[in-house]
Amino acid sequence: MNYISSDLKVVGTRPIRPDGVDKVTGRALFSADTRSAGMIWGKIKRSPHAHARIVSIDTSKAEALPGVRAVVTSADFPEISSEMAFVGEGPMNFRDLSDNIMARGKVLYEGHALAAVAATTQAIADEAIALIDVVYEVLPHVIDVDEAMRVDAPVLHADMFTTGVNPKPATPSNIAKVVTFKKGDIDAGFAAAEVIFEDSYTTKPVHQAYIEPHACLATYNPDGQVTIHASSQGHFMIRAYTAKLLGIDMANIRVNPAEIGGGFGGKTLIYLEPVAVALSRKSGKPVKMQMTREDVFRASGPTSGASVTVKLGAKKDGTIVAAQQVLKFQAGAYAGSPIGPGCMCGFAMYDIENIDVLGYDVVSNRPKVAAYRAPGAPISSFAVECAVDDLARMLGMDPLALREKNAAVNGTKTHYGPTHANIGYTQVLEATRAHPHWKAPLAEGHGRGLAVGFWFNIGGESSATVHVNEDGSVVVATGSPDVGGSRASMGMMAAEVLGIDISKVRATIADTASIGYTFVTGGSRVTFATGMAVTQATEKVVEQLKARAAQTWDIPVDAVEWRDGKAYPAGTNAGAFEPLDLAAIALKQARTGGPINSEVSINAQGAGAGFGAHICDVAVDKETGKVEIIRYTAIQDVGKAIHPSYVEGQIQGGAVQGIGWALSEEYIYNDKGLMENPGFLDYRCPVASDLPMIEAVLVEVPNPRHPFGARGVGEVPIIPPMAAISNAIKGATGLRMPDLPMSPPKVRAAMDAAL
Amino acid sequence: MSSLSYAAPTSVDAAVKLLAGASGLAKVLSGGTDLLVQMRAGRFKPELIVDTKKIPGVIGIREENGAFIIGAGTPGAVVEAHAGLTAAWPGLVEALDLIGSTQVQGRCSLAGNLCNASPAADSVPALYAAAAVAVVVGPNGTRDVPVEQIPTGPGRTSLARDEFILEFKLPARPARSSDAYLRFIPRTEMDIAVVGCGISVTLDENGVCTAARCSLGAVAPTVLLVQAMADILVGNKLDADTLAKLDAAAQAAAKPISDKRGTAEYRTKIAGVLARRTAAIAFDRAMGKATGKTH
Repeated sequence: MNYISSDLKVVGTRPIRPDGVDKVTGRALFSADTRSAGMIWGKIKRSPHAHARIVSIDTSKAEALPGVRAVVTSADFPEISSEMAFVGEGPMNFRDLSDNIMARGKVLYEGHALAAVAATTQAIADEAIALIDVVYEVLPHVIDVDEAMRVDAPVLHADMFTTGVNPKPATPSNIAKVVTFKKGDIDAGFAAAEVIFEDSYTTKPVHQAYIEPHACLATYNPDGQVTIHASSQGHFMIRAYTAKLLGIDMANIRVNPAEIGGGFGGKTLIYLEPVAVALSRKSGKPVKMQMTREDVFRASGPTSGASVTVKLGAKKDGTIVAAQQVLKFQAGAYAGSPIGPGCMCGFAMYDIENIDVLGYDVVSNRPKVAAYRAPGAPISSFAVECAVDDLARMLGMDPLALREKNAAVNGTKTHYGPTHANIGYTQVLEATRAHPHWKAPLAEGHGRGLAVGFWFNIGGESSATVHVNEDGSVVVATGSPDVGGSRASMGMMAAEVLGIDISKVRATIADTASIGYTFVTGGSRVTFATGMAVTQATEKVVEQLKARAAQTWDIPVDAVEWRDGKAYPAGTNAGAFEPLDLAAIALKQARTGGPINSEVSINAQGAGAGFGAHICDVAVDKETGKVEIIRYTAIQDVGKAIHPSYVEGQIQGGAVQGIGWALSEEYIYNDKGLMENPGFLDYRCPVASDLPMIEAVLVEVPNPRHPFGARGVGEVPIIPPMAAISNAIKGATGLRMPDLPMSPPKVRAAMDAAL
Repeated sequence: MSSLSYAAPTSVDAAVKLLAGASGLAKVLSGGTDLLVQMRAGRFKPELIVDTKKIPGVIGIREENGAFIIGAGTPGAVVEAHAGLTAAWPGLVEALDLIGSTQVQGRCSLAGNLCNASPAADSVPALYAAAAVAVVVGPNGTRDVPVEQIPTGPGRTSLARDEFILEFKLPARPARSSDAYLRFIPRTEMDIAVVGCGISVTLDENGVCTAARCSLGAVAPTVLLVQAMADILVGNKLDADTLAKLDAAAQAAAKPISDKRGTAEYRTKIAGVLARRTAAIAFDRAMGKATGKTH
């Protein structure tokens, strides 16, 4: 059924969040909060070098230390052959993941795991780690993407031959892959252009910076059954990776989802779980592991740093006739940067006849990148949106007018293949032009920037069950970890379909043994895909409720209708019966056929793409180079906001992460390739006092492929901020800041250079 | 296995004996906002921690004829709440208040900030500018030490292993005196100074400076007391010429390194910027023109 035009009573309201009390009272059980009788502590030995050959590992002293129960190295893990895995979000090779969690032969970045111990206390485990003797042959390293592409760069993998080029290269390099997307005739496009703008941009690697470090508790039973408690963006993902990396049947692994303290894509792959299981198998004890913040920075997935060029050609009237982009992304130690979506997203907001995009996936001596909120798109759009802004200046055009003139609409064929359908970009631009912020006069010395962003959003596999309890209350269970409010939205959709109050519905997350397969919480897919499964499962329950009423009244089921939480006879011909509410039917369910419940598993299709536009005002301290965000407005097509407060929170959170990316966040490496700022003091995420209220403007263009019109909302808002801020700084100072982060020393240096 | 002992003596003598008697590394604990973090990071593995907070005088503020005596371990939140101290030494109080978060303010102290001996410490440039004196206790009794003689390098102090600071003395203020402290950080809070500047001045009725002490943080291995900056202020009003000379003197005095928090070139320029801005606040306050917080 489709409820888009219905009179909605629950969907679109703002009930109190179901996990709120647990979280504000500290009772919520995150990964590190789980305990088990007889539990011991696992710790990881990590590489102090950016790139080195492991000559030898001597664990004998560690093993001899009283209290040590197990020591493992890569020898304790099966060798995995090269095989692409699509378990999490973003490309991953099973062999690489195995190598990433426990290095074989070489360490490829500072923090790379190469041994682990389990001991009765954390202090003993720390001592044992220090007793492991590793002899390294330190190798030359490379961090920066442009340097990693040089022919004389140290090569990380002797078997890496660039794919996507013809002929296949004769020598290995750090370029894992080359991807191209073409539309029209780029040379003809530029030949027809009357104005051409070209510039280069760089971005630094940034971390998802979730508050909760990775942690897990794993128990390997003597009968081969494994239990894991861990937070993640997908407990089925943990199960699949752990099973593959240890050679265990999935049926023998049960993963219990802990409350998650942020993921943003970074918890769509694993680091600790197979190691904890291996330590538990060897020690016979439950093993708990948790990363420190330093471990998180040094050894878990950030997103790529990148080097990007953009060239745009336009007619004097503002029609963009040619658009070219070259993107070089750091993948980290193994292939698999988000270069694909990076190549697709930069020009996806535009209807341009001739497009040529070339992308490089490049390994270097950094942690393997993990998905981070709209992977690749923020980097790509930073470059494109700065270039479009400068093109508007060259043309003497209002930057919003230039975007309006070239905006993608339904029917626009993208350069990566699909044709846009059911998009609300036009409405987003209309809302932007109509917003008071866009029209507000600027204070002296302030600058205003505009940038837009696009993200596909995805659907995929989701499972949901709906149980009617004996008292008429309802439990909804899904396989989707709740990272952004899905328990609220799942419960609300079920309550809406049932016609009951949200307080009668409790939504939970079921473990891997208790519900059907569900893909990770990622790609902004859960409200769309799992929400669709919940809606369908609830509809099946409604059918059962109608059947039970029909049975009670002894009338045909099609003579019963369900509205406002009650079964009614459908018209006078059906008979004159008092309506039966959910509680009344539930009370008699044993006598009318047994428990009332349903489970639905789907592969949801038709996720609606999302578009957003951000307006940002800044003040620049011309003596210190410090940029202050004065006003910030984020406008986005959200399809239908199931719970508007959560949607606004997603938009605000994405914008803030983008502001950090723009102004202050970066990995700082020394000349040995070691990270100098692995903590929140010097890895500078914005703090609350750095920010104005981020105004989130919800544009609702329903996605017809979702029962309530929902489309993903969590990723779009991190895409526009970097360019919006760079464009605002240009407005305030006349200077283009093409390199992230636009930190005070860089801004001051640019102003000094312009004198 | 290593072990760690903790003691919270209730007298100076007992604390000194504990420190003198420790066979391994002994550390003095005030609020612990640096020490505990450093221990967690593995920078120190002390055998003994001596908590000074139960020693009479370590926590509390008293005024004696216009002078203030501040207990060495008095938390930032307590200092900030003291109206008399805030009126007399607004720069020093603000500098201490800049450290950390609200939670950290419940613990962090002037002695901890000084003895941690970071060149980027926020309250230390303000202490230098204030001509604060540290009352140091040890096995040989009590001695008064100007604060600028305590830190000797990053993480190092002139205190003996069995000495610690009991309290700080701030001198009584002549009329038309005030101070200010500014730091530059990339964010607005929860950060460490890229450059800090403390200035304390006394003016005559025409606004001409008659006495000044100036300091810079995070531009050398220790906080610097910069006489050249003070020399420029004394005898002058804070006009454009004086400001330009002050800026130049600060830049000349700054000897920063390039690190993850800023390049030497940038820090040098910012030292000049902050010197001007800090002086402007201190002068305004001394003439009664400015009230309230600067941050």
